[in-house]
Amino acid sequence: MSIFIDQTSRVIVQGITGREGAFHARQMLEYGTQIVAGVTPGKGGQTFEGRVPVFDGVAEAVKRTGADTSVIYVPAAAAAGAIYEAADAGIRLIVCITEGVPVMDMIKVIPFVRERGSRLIGPNCPGLITPGASKVGIIPGNICQAGRVGLVSRSGTLTYEVVNHLTRNGIGQSTCVGIGGDPLIGTSFVDCLRAFQQDPGTDAVVMIGEIGGTDEQRAAAFVRAEVTKPVIGFIAGQTAPKGRRMGHAGAIISGSSGTAEEKLAAFEAAGLGIMRRPAEVVGLVQARLRR
Amino acid sequence: MNLHEYQARALLKAAGIPLPDGEVASTAAEVEAIARKLGGQVVIKAQVHTGGRGKAGGVKLATSPAEAAQVAERILALRINGLEVKRVLVAPTTDIATESYVGLIIDRESQRPVFMVSPAGGIDIEEVAAETPEKITRLAVDPRYGLLPHQGVDLARTLYSDFTQARQAAQIMARLYGVFTGNGATLAEINPLVTTPDGRVLALDAKISIDDNELDRRPDLARLRDESAEEPSEVAAREAGLSFIKLSGNVGCVVNGAGLAMATMDLVKYYGGEPANFLDIGGSSNPEKVVNALRIITRDPNVKAILFNIFGGITRTDDVANGIVEATNAFKVNVPIVIRLTGTNEAEAFRILQGVGMTALSDMDQAVEKVVQVARGRS
Repeated sequence: MSIFIDQTSRVIVQGITGREGAFHARQMLEYGTQIVAGVTPGKGGQTFEGRVPVFDGVAEAVKRTGADTSVIYVPAAAAAGAIYEAADAGIRLIVCITEGVPVMDMIKVIPFVRERGSRLIGPNCPGLITPGASKVGIIPGNICQAGRVGLVSRSGTLTYEVVNHLTRNGIGQSTCVGIGGDPLIGTSFVDCLRAFQQDPGTDAVVMIGEIGGTDEQRAAAFVRAEVTKPVIGFIAGQTAPKGRRMGHAGAIISGSSGTAEEKLAAFEAAGLGIMRRPAEVVGLVQARLRR
Repeated sequence: MNLHEYQARALLKAAGIPLPDGEVASTAAEVEAIARKLGGQVVIKAQVHTGGRGKAGGVKLATSPAEAAQVAERILALRINGLEVKRVLVAPTTDIATESYVGLIIDRESQRPVFMVSPAGGIDIEEVAAETPEKITRLAVDPRYGLLPHQGVDLARTLYSDFTQARQAAQIMARLYGVFTGNGATLAEINPLVTTPDGRVLALDAKISIDDNELDRRPDLARLRDESAEEPSEVAAREAGLSFIKLSGNVGCVVNGAGLAMATMDLVKYYGGEPANFLDIGGSSNPEKVVNALRIITRDPNVKAILFNIFGGITRTDDVANGIVEATNAFKVNVPIVIRLTGTNEAEAFRILQGVGMTALSDMDQAVEKVVQVARGRS
């Protein structure tokens, strides 16, 4: 079992003929993801890798292939348009990998997607993977292993670091979700925690947050109120200076809010297992699952 | 990207928000000429990207053009929170009856633009929020409709009982909303918004931050960036496509990915060291980026040792290894380098490094412990 994607997910790649899109489409195909179509305006009629049909628009791709999921690799200037198009075409899960999407675009995109009943993951995210079943995005498949621990994170490579520790110690994952490092994103920690709580295939959840915003604090309150499964948390950026953007557009301590201390205190108050460093994930997950 | 006050004022003015005249100058002689033109009684304000200008002596009044020149001389010689004052804003003094606060931010929780207004103006809004939160009124704006006329009036009435003034303030808020969305701002603030004894409502100070992600599609705003106000190493890094922030420690860090970069800094601290920087070389495997990263870090005399922490997913670790070799051939790196590589093509990466007598570790904790020890031994 898993959340958001499984082996039945029918995926289209928006921007499949671009450099990034083509590279990752190949990786996803290799992993076994059902890539049913690609979309690049003006390149309709081509075939990608001899087996994936390319269409000019998402609506046509959905009509011809029954796709329900889309992953977006278009440049930042075109990302909002690509998300609108996917939502309008009835795509249920839209994963936007693109980094650098202006916030002024996202304040309109997010309610648009929500009103159509679709879910957006990202932007500026590595996507998600249900090991052994499907990968939608850029998370390296070889470091993951199928299992029963869910993982949700605002980061990319830091997620890989933590997943790697789990896999090397024989702890497999149900689904790993990278929700993205931007200040406005489509899917929050709370959304993922709710899904993991309901997923019979997940026994525990690892949550990797960072400085900036209040998403982790809200997640902690949600865990306390509604999550019965063990949750282990990490916060990156304890040594980050105030008022500076730490690479991710959303990783910034504004005034005195969004600090690591504040988030860790919220985790502690909600009874989460707290990782002080990535390697501690193994011991904490094992201990909490034994309880 | 933060705008200077004089740049923010220009955007407000273009939108029709009333503010006193004012001009920017970089020498005392220019200040004197502007003061003469404005009638002699002026306020002179340092243009630096930091708070607390007033307390640091960066905002002063003058009663004559000659005094304005003297005052400007002193302000232009200041460093405020480490930043050199290169320009000042010269504006006529304004008689003030009341001071309020009007601000607009992108609220991450409601995912909307949110107005914050308060009759307690002229002071830091964070202070007001901490001490007298009841004095702040918030309103989330639906971005599809913008600030509706009655919403603006309702907000303005929390500031002014006089309806004529409330109407003026409501118009200012509507225009501020236009400036905010039209320029892709993440913050737009008028503090203070004042009333004059004769009943006019004016913006006296303006602060605007632009979303960095807007700058590609808005060259007019990108041109407003003042690189002289930034750390030179950070300017160089941005030009090289690196995300870099200088810190005060002695362990240089080169990492792929922002989250891992932060976690690496935290781990340096955990093992008793202090990071010298935040640096994300990004997801691509361009050896040139590694060369530039090393060049920038080795320019910092505080750096006693350098840590590479690379988790190869999309990034190929052999490309990073080639970059390290290229850099050490191109220029002399005078401090020890500790390398942690794991993931894509790691066997090849280890082979490349061995070829030039370097070694690498595959465990993050081991590498960080080691680099902290090495840095300590050399300081």
